[in-house]
Amino acid sequence: MTLLLATLYQILQMLLVLALAPLLTGWVRLVKARLVGRQGPSVLQPFRDLLRLLRKEVVLARNASWLFRSVPYMMFTAIWLAAGLVPVFTTQLALAPTADLIALIALLGSARFFLALAGMDTGTSFGGIGSSREMMIAALAEPAMLMIVFSVAILVRSTSLAEIADFMMAGAVGLRISLALALIALVMVAIAENARIPIDNPATHLELTMVHEAMVLEYSGRHLALVEAASMLKLLLYMALIACVFAPWGMATAGSGVAAALGGMLVFVAKLAVGGTLLALFETSIAKMRVFRVGEFLGGALLLSLLGAIFLYVSRGV
Amino acid sequence: MGLVVSAIAFLFAVAIVGTAAKRLPQASTVVYGGTAAACALIALWAALRLAGGGPDAALVLPVGLPWIQAHLRADALSAVFLIVVNLGGITASLFGWGYERAHHDSHGTFQGGSQDGPVLPLYPLFLAGMNMVLIAADAFTFLLSWEFMSLASWLLVLSTHREPDTPKAARLYLLMASFGTACLLLAFGVLATAHGDYSFAAIRAHAPAAGAAALVVVLILLGAGSKAGLVPLHVWLPLAHPAAPSHVSALMSGVMTKVAVYAMIRVLFDLLGEPEWWWGGVTMGFGALTAVMGVLYALMQDDVKRLLAYSTVENIGAIVIALGLALVFKAAHTPVIAALALAAALLHVVNHSLFKSLLFFAAGAMLTATGSRDLNRLGGLIHRMPTTAVLALIGAAAISALPPLNGFVGEWLLFQAILNAPALSEWSLKIEIAVVGAALALATALAGACFVRLYGIAFLGRPRSRAAAEAVEVGRAMRLGMAVPAVLCVVLGVLPTPLIRLFEPALRMLVEAGPFDGRAYQPWFWLAPTSAIGNSYNGLIMLVVIALLSVVLVLGIHRKASDRVRWSIPWGCGFDGPDPAAVTQYTASSFGQPIRRAFGSTVFRARDHVDMPAPGDTRPARLSVTWTDPAWVVVVEPLSRAVGWLAEKANRLQFMTIRRYLTLMFLALVVLLVMVAVTQR
Repeated sequence: MTLLLATLYQILQMLLVLALAPLLTGWVRLVKARLVGRQGPSVLQPFRDLLRLLRKEVVLARNASWLFRSVPYMMFTAIWLAAGLVPVFTTQLALAPTADLIALIALLGSARFFLALAGMDTGTSFGGIGSSREMMIAALAEPAMLMIVFSVAILVRSTSLAEIADFMMAGAVGLRISLALALIALVMVAIAENARIPIDNPATHLELTMVHEAMVLEYSGRHLALVEAASMLKLLLYMALIACVFAPWGMATAGSGVAAALGGMLVFVAKLAVGGTLLALFETSIAKMRVFRVGEFLGGALLLSLLGAIFLYVSRGV
Repeated sequence: MGLVVSAIAFLFAVAIVGTAAKRLPQASTVVYGGTAAACALIALWAALRLAGGGPDAALVLPVGLPWIQAHLRADALSAVFLIVVNLGGITASLFGWGYERAHHDSHGTFQGGSQDGPVLPLYPLFLAGMNMVLIAADAFTFLLSWEFMSLASWLLVLSTHREPDTPKAARLYLLMASFGTACLLLAFGVLATAHGDYSFAAIRAHAPAAGAAALVVVLILLGAGSKAGLVPLHVWLPLAHPAAPSHVSALMSGVMTKVAVYAMIRVLFDLLGEPEWWWGGVTMGFGALTAVMGVLYALMQDDVKRLLAYSTVENIGAIVIALGLALVFKAAHTPVIAALALAAALLHVVNHSLFKSLLFFAAGAMLTATGSRDLNRLGGLIHRMPTTAVLALIGAAAISALPPLNGFVGEWLLFQAILNAPALSEWSLKIEIAVVGAALALATALAGACFVRLYGIAFLGRPRSRAAAEAVEVGRAMRLGMAVPAVLCVVLGVLPTPLIRLFEPALRMLVEAGPFDGRAYQPWFWLAPTSAIGNSYNGLIMLVVIALLSVVLVLGIHRKASDRVRWSIPWGCGFDGPDPAAVTQYTASSFGQPIRRAFGSTVFRARDHVDMPAPGDTRPARLSVTWTDPAWVVVVEPLSRAVGWLAEKANRLQFMTIRRYLTLMFLALVVLLVMVAVTQR
């Protein structure tokens, strides 16, 4: 019975992240527009964009291979699954024991790996520039991410996200310097991974500044819709991850009933609204940095997270 | 045991057939077929031996020095590595047979073609040597087999002696191999000092004193480390491995380095008795350095096989990190966690032998199809070599530790072991483990970048040379040789637990525990090791869920979306011509540039020199990339100079008069007698 309920919640969460991801992106765009004094599009605009792209024909380069055509599906699936693994409204998820935080990071790594390959498939210089920069960013972001996982996992004694959320909700942690360091590092990584300002600008197509957009330049039609949707999902995933580890309150747990789960959904939407507003504030108040400064930015994140992990390693007695 | 010995003897017989390659047209079929059969037999025997348990098979042969017989013994640890070596042997034989035939049919002067040097007689000997190292149970037999293995592989490297780089590579290899063997010789000498008995059983019974043990640890790390490619002793490896024919490269990189890992495990975990806490610390430090440096080197290579050899250095680093962790936990008397780390090491040994063989085969296939190993002359092969492209993609994804393939499982176990470090008491070790964990994560992420670069440049995009544009898919035997490890990569990624269960006897032998001890029974498709950090991973369910989601997605999209496709040429930045984008395509060097700038500028003093002609000048613009290898400066040049100097000095011994020779011998005898008199008191 519990397994059935967990499976039901799992399916529900899969659909929920799918529905909320474009809304979140729309919300961030709307808040950003208001902050700079524009009216801004409706929150539903990303949905309309995706539908429009789905209905358009696909234009492929003559030498595009099967890999190029299947990567959007692979990438979307990997990120969708990863988003399904992060508890958002309940920690009672069927897939929780299947994959932990480390596997989740590796799943996101798979999505990136294939997208970078797709960027190189058409043989244009834009694809190459995007892939090569993306891999450089990833080379620093991934270890930083893993060190954050180390910090959290040593505190909780588990890398399972459901257990981490349960543990944090129990409130036995209190304020810890290492967790604060991990949070700062995680926000830095999330900004870099989602191609937001100051690392990359999701709204531009200027050669010298592009990272993520350059990789997907050759995509069109339904492929582009999938890639865009995957990016939106990824933004939601990182917000959910930060919420799950550092602010899990309001989530239903294994014992609580269906009402708690529904309440958890409402709380989650509120969390996303707050997170989106903060992101918009941050993006409008800062300028983009040069590509080769990214190494320093993420190196900082890596060092912060490593420091947090070392504090914990040393402070945990035998 | 008799079966294994006769299989090895059979390999020698096959080698004799190989010498007649010039006269026998079917020699290559006999050699590769016979080798594959012998390997299959040994691997099967080892697997059954592990699964069935029972006493160790042992044999004493009346050969060798008069008062030492050759002790042979295959325990659980030997069996694990026998499986690894012979599995590699089977696939390499299959691929090698196709490779040999492909190069016989075309009378071009391909690199690594069999028309250069004798590969056939040496190939079975090389495998026989590796097998002998694994079943040797006394120091003399072990070192003899070790040298046999080294020399066979050295001659195989020399089989491409017409290549301009080969002689240098072979000379360096010989130098480093001699150094490594000298270290091992000293190590075993120290181990056997107390009682003068060279059999492993006697060494195990008399654990050396603390000082002697420390010396042995250092010597083993130097001796076995130089063979495995630990930084800074790795310099020979990226030169020698690529020089051999591709299937031999696969064996050298994927398998021979594992024999060196076996030597480390055998001495550090088995012969030396109880470890001290700092052994693991030193081992781990070396491993972390090796992992990060290896992959950084790999990112700067344009030669496919050399890149793969450097990637081997990185993976050996990861394995050695796992060994160091296991030693640390063994010394801290937490055997279950030690078993977890050691399981991660053994699993990665198997995994790496699979995907590295696969990728070297793919490099061999590219070489056969295009005649080039240079990334900047490849490209677009996914259209010309569809099967190879798919299999190489599996290999590249597996080595980048992407779930749900096998590379990820080993990495996951290793991280689980690292997360257990707070249980230790030495705080210096804890800090080191945190840093080592970060280094490992960095190396893994960089490996992903490295293989995106390799695969993207070689298989995707547009052909960068006429040969790449006209490449044809390789023959069936070569494709099958690649398919076997590719399938195993997927299977082991999805179902790792049965393999870990199979290895459990070896773990029990070395650290007296298994990774699943004290846990309730887990079904065979779950991976949930016992540790303070309780969690699990399940590749099978992941694969099923991914498949399900993909089906849902594809059906969902295609019901809604338009399925019209238009083909056209991509935007080529304003260049015109039939294929405008090809002019501006990214190359291997340009792809590596951001990482070169971020990491290489300090470690390797990597510099890009851009020569931009002024407007109106008709010179072409030039970009040259330079970098120096710190290990070369620190290790090779001094070592090379020292060996040269010694050789100069020893040269005088050749030109002495008879009186002086006699004096020398007499003095030597006196000195030896004095030594005996002193030690026997």
